[in-house]
Amino acid sequence: MTAERKRWLVVAVAIGGIVLIPAWLPEFYVTLFGYVGLATLVALGLVLLTGVSGQTSFGQASFVGLAAYATTLLTKLAHSPPIVGLAVGLAVTGTTAWLLGLVTARLSGHFLALVSVAWGISFYALFGTLPLLHGFNGIGDIPPLRIGPLFAESRRVNLGVIWGAVAIVMAMSASLLDSRMGRAIRTLNGARLIADSVGIDTARLSRAVFVIAALYAGIAGFLFAHFQRFISPTPFSLGASIDYLFMVIIGGVGSLWGAPVGAALVVVLRDQFNDWIPRITGRAGDFEALVFSVVVILLLQRAPEGLLPLLARLPRRHSPQGELTPDVVDAAPPLAEPANATAPGVELLALESISRNFGGLAANRDVSFAVHANEIVALIGPNGAGKTTLFNIVSGVLSPSAGHIRLFGAPADHLPSRRVAALGIARTFQHVKLLPDRSVLENIALGTHLSGRAGLLRAMLRLDRAEEAGLLAEARAQAVRVGFGETLDVPAGDLPLGQQRVVEVARALCLRPRLLLLDEPAAGLRLAEKQRLAALLRQLRAEGMGVLLVEHDMDFVMQLADRVVVMDFGQKIAEGPPERVQSDPAVQEAYLGGVA
Amino acid sequence: MDLFVFLALLQDGITTGAIYLLLAIGLLIVFSVTRVIFVPQGDLLAFGTLTAGALQSGQLPGTLWLLDAVSAMALVASLSGGRRVALRGVLIWGVYPLAVTAAALILAPRQMPAVSILLALAIVTPMGPLIWRFAFRPVADASVLALLIVAMALHFVLIGLGLVFFGPEEATAPALTDGSFDLGVVNVSGQSLAVLLCCATLVLGLRWFFGATIHGKVLRAAASDRLGARLVGIDAAASGALAFGLASFIAALAGVLIGAVTPLSYDAGFDIGLKGFVAAIMGGLISYPMAAGGALLVGVLESLGSFWASAYREVIVFTLLIPILVWLSLRSGSPEDRA
Repeated sequence: MTAERKRWLVVAVAIGGIVLIPAWLPEFYVTLFGYVGLATLVALGLVLLTGVSGQTSFGQASFVGLAAYATTLLTKLAHSPPIVGLAVGLAVTGTTAWLLGLVTARLSGHFLALVSVAWGISFYALFGTLPLLHGFNGIGDIPPLRIGPLFAESRRVNLGVIWGAVAIVMAMSASLLDSRMGRAIRTLNGARLIADSVGIDTARLSRAVFVIAALYAGIAGFLFAHFQRFISPTPFSLGASIDYLFMVIIGGVGSLWGAPVGAALVVVLRDQFNDWIPRITGRAGDFEALVFSVVVILLLQRAPEGLLPLLARLPRRHSPQGELTPDVVDAAPPLAEPANATAPGVELLALESISRNFGGLAANRDVSFAVHANEIVALIGPNGAGKTTLFNIVSGVLSPSAGHIRLFGAPADHLPSRRVAALGIARTFQHVKLLPDRSVLENIALGTHLSGRAGLLRAMLRLDRAEEAGLLAEARAQAVRVGFGETLDVPAGDLPLGQQRVVEVARALCLRPRLLLLDEPAAGLRLAEKQRLAALLRQLRAEGMGVLLVEHDMDFVMQLADRVVVMDFGQKIAEGPPERVQSDPAVQEAYLGGVA
Repeated sequence: MDLFVFLALLQDGITTGAIYLLLAIGLLIVFSVTRVIFVPQGDLLAFGTLTAGALQSGQLPGTLWLLDAVSAMALVASLSGGRRVALRGVLIWGVYPLAVTAAALILAPRQMPAVSILLALAIVTPMGPLIWRFAFRPVADASVLALLIVAMALHFVLIGLGLVFFGPEEATAPALTDGSFDLGVVNVSGQSLAVLLCCATLVLGLRWFFGATIHGKVLRAAASDRLGARLVGIDAAASGALAFGLASFIAALAGVLIGAVTPLSYDAGFDIGLKGFVAAIMGGLISYPMAAGGALLVGVLESLGSFWASAYREVIVFTLLIPILVWLSLRSGSPEDRA
């Protein structure tokens, strides 16, 4: 069966299930599974937010509430059609999330989480006190949804609509994760240096994921209002928000399927607890919250991946390809060459009197040199000479305390890494930085981020397939170019260190750089691998690329570099062709501690 | 609003502000040493009030049995360690809870305010280290977010237990003093003054502790560089326990102080703790003096807010966070890594 037919089969089964199951289910379960579906919508947003992008919100229930109250006011008081309620509800939740994200954007991740607690309480208090919303008396008789001539007044129809929405949102989320933007979102979780080095705008993207999670909650709020047909502040409390988070942790934050599993477990178990605990203990109370909390603590200690991996023993999929099989990818047209090809020998990078201080420590003092097209420049020096600091200044990770940087002839002081990457400067890291759980191909394809244009929405609607095939073709081509022999489907973290370095180089080449910055690329490579890397760098030089490398392996440096810059104690002590530098007394003193 | 009302509200605001300050200090100590955002600190505060209240009415509080039960778990766990660990475990988790239980059994029926307060402190303070031992130490190296989720879950565990132990009714802690005196046009209550005095003593005491004692210096080292502290032989587990112990002592003290002014129920601690947070966030979770200013500001704003728009009191306090965060954002140079 082809992938295409398989997909249609899945869709057909899903539609059949959504239509038929509500018709057969006993009345009691209809209500219960409705709640499971609504909770799944919110939890899906939290999987993207917490599991994939590494942020957390304790305020999702207030987004549910915002959308629910918005549609209630519009349809009940202003008699608008529900579609207007949906649109306005989503606009309100989306804008609120965007603003809250803006406020915390530049602070570390736990600030968003803390602020979410505060707004969770604030919104709940507002829902309870604003006279327009009738406080805790709530608002009843909200008009039901109408689909064509059909009034969705029966709970069975509602259940179908809810799970239809769940299926669509889930498919859209899966498409998103399997795309250029999906790859970028994964770097938000503790891999910001990678993101910056390939030109991903992390601040904007984290905010976008946060908005998406809020919109999912908004959809749930809209459906909740029209199906429950009565709303009050209670289901939008901080406690409800934390419930959603618990669902995701219990189900598993690592996978979209964790959302329905967690939602079902929490909603059904809570229902059972409400039945049984008062019978056992003889008193009512928040005992189920106590039990769930203990379960969550134990899970975070023993199984941070949640129950889903334990329940299902899912084989983890590392390939991002979906239906993009290798032959489809190979048939894709290669990416267009960048227009800004460089003239031979032109200046790419110039440092003028760069200094950098860390408190009282001068890591770089008054360093100047340049790198040109068709040139390999090596930066060497003893440990602590300031090479890595200088490297980070060039790549925009640090900004200089004094002095100027010129890139491609234009002043480029204080440019952030992301902009440096966009100018055509790619880098590797001294300590290899890859997403260890993702496939080699996916890691390399991160480098193509700036070549693609499809955004979040196009990815969700799967309108990005042609472009995505082109990006993956590019990643494969660069993998071949660096001589990567192994299969590209294994998790990058499983490779030996030398191979991981090669993957980093391939990722950097995907940026189609004019200047390549390599931080100790030969460390951990075997002799044959070093020779292959040297040959590749020579070939890149011949093609017009400039290369700046920091390296300790002197044989590697001396056979390869056109020019060597030697640093000691933060200062440049020598510069010139390898032979001349090797015989320089100052250099010999720095390395050997004085010549007899 | 006339001057008289304003001054009365101001006095009220400063008193609660002092309580928020205590909580902010506890949060900052725990966060800087262990990266845990100690949400359940507010619940320990409620435990402090309710434990003192129960003792004062001649009852043995459920928290006493909780202390005994969890201490027994810690005792069993420490017995499997080396001889020194086991010996210390027996002293701290065996002898200490027995002594406290015995004292409570003998002294609770006498219903003496000072004794009730001291016993409440003795019962609630060890809960910090126990929480560290069983909830956080097993995941000490997890991300700040994972630790925050554990802290949230613990909050629910503690209010669940609080409901079991104390029921839904509010209770008050015994007052240190019920006197009052006139200062110009305002009547200053003795308890308000006692709160401020306790707060000032504690702040000075902590200053001395961090500046002059070896344990204080160890904590500062652990806070400024966790890895470095570990490399010079500082026991991360022990410094975590110490930080949590300080925080729970502070919470218990705040509980018996505020509990004499405002009756609290089992679930009232969370809101109070959150306002301590707002103060701590004003300090960017780093700076003690800024947190102090923030705490007083929150207390006074809340007090004035409850006069003008009491329904929106919470909204006002938490919305205050937004401009502060904007300011913090603008001040910080570059986005931090979320690793």
